Amino acid sequence: MITDILTWILGGLTIGSALMVVLSNHPIRSVLFLVITFFFISGHYILLNAQFLAIVNIIVYAGAIMVLFLFVLMLLNLSAEGLPKSSRYLTLGSVIIGGLFFIVLIAALKDSLHFEALNPGSNSVGLVQNLGKTLFSKYIVPFEVSSILFISAMVGAVMLAKREKHIVE
Amino acid sequence: MEFYVVLSTILFSIGAFGMLIRKNMIILLMCIELMLNSANLLLVAFSSYYGSSDPQIFVFFTVVVAAAEATIGLSIIIMAYRNSKSTDISLFNNLKG
Repeated sequence: MITDILTWILGGLTIGSALMVVLSNHPIRSVLFLVITFFFISGHYILLNAQFLAIVNIIVYAGAIMVLFLFVLMLLNLSAEGLPKSSRYLTLGSVIIGGLFFIVLIAALKDSLHFEALNPGSNSVGLVQNLGKTLFSKYIVPFEVSSILFISAMVGAVMLAKREKHIVE
Repeated sequence: MEFYVVLSTILFSIGAFGMLIRKNMIILLMCIELMLNSANLLLVAFSSYYGSSDPQIFVFFTVVVAAAEATIGLSIIIMAYRNSKSTDISLFNNLKG
């Protein structure tokens, strides 16, 4: 019972802070609201018995990726008045398109709304022991491939962000 | 279960709405992160109801790919800012026919 109330409160807070990400004018404020959204999503993970993913979400998303975003924002020195506001027609059209998109997705996912729990009461699924066993036995090849992805992303980021000296006009 | 399906659909729609309404490229990347997180939330909800740990491994790989994608996207944004002194997406319309 108390879990249900907590889930509803967390869901409302998540939607509210996600809306604030989109609607707030200042970019730094919307980064901070995105961090808050990630914390609420981690709360949902804890309520769904995915403890390891909750910690990973906080460390990787809120701790690393969002700090990277904040760093780039402060490096570029953007201000709220430097960017033009979108027009009223664009806003109205975006609201309509977003609402229609939501309705279409709900209609597509309609069959999964009354999903019966197949294996209820298995609370140990999200623990690091089970996840590690699955990751290092069944998914060992994608795990190794992801390290190659990281190497190429790192090299690509360095190559892209390096200031080129010999640009031919 | 329907709560999490509806919640992650709402979060995905908010991300798509933000993609349409905002002009700043960094905020567009943040909307992409929001949409990825809504998909992650749905995967974790199905994992918890199904009693299997495979969807949580998929979430793990999604986080890995999102980290790489954010790095590359931010360095492209820095390069674009260096060329045009702005991150306004409507300035980059050179490929428009």
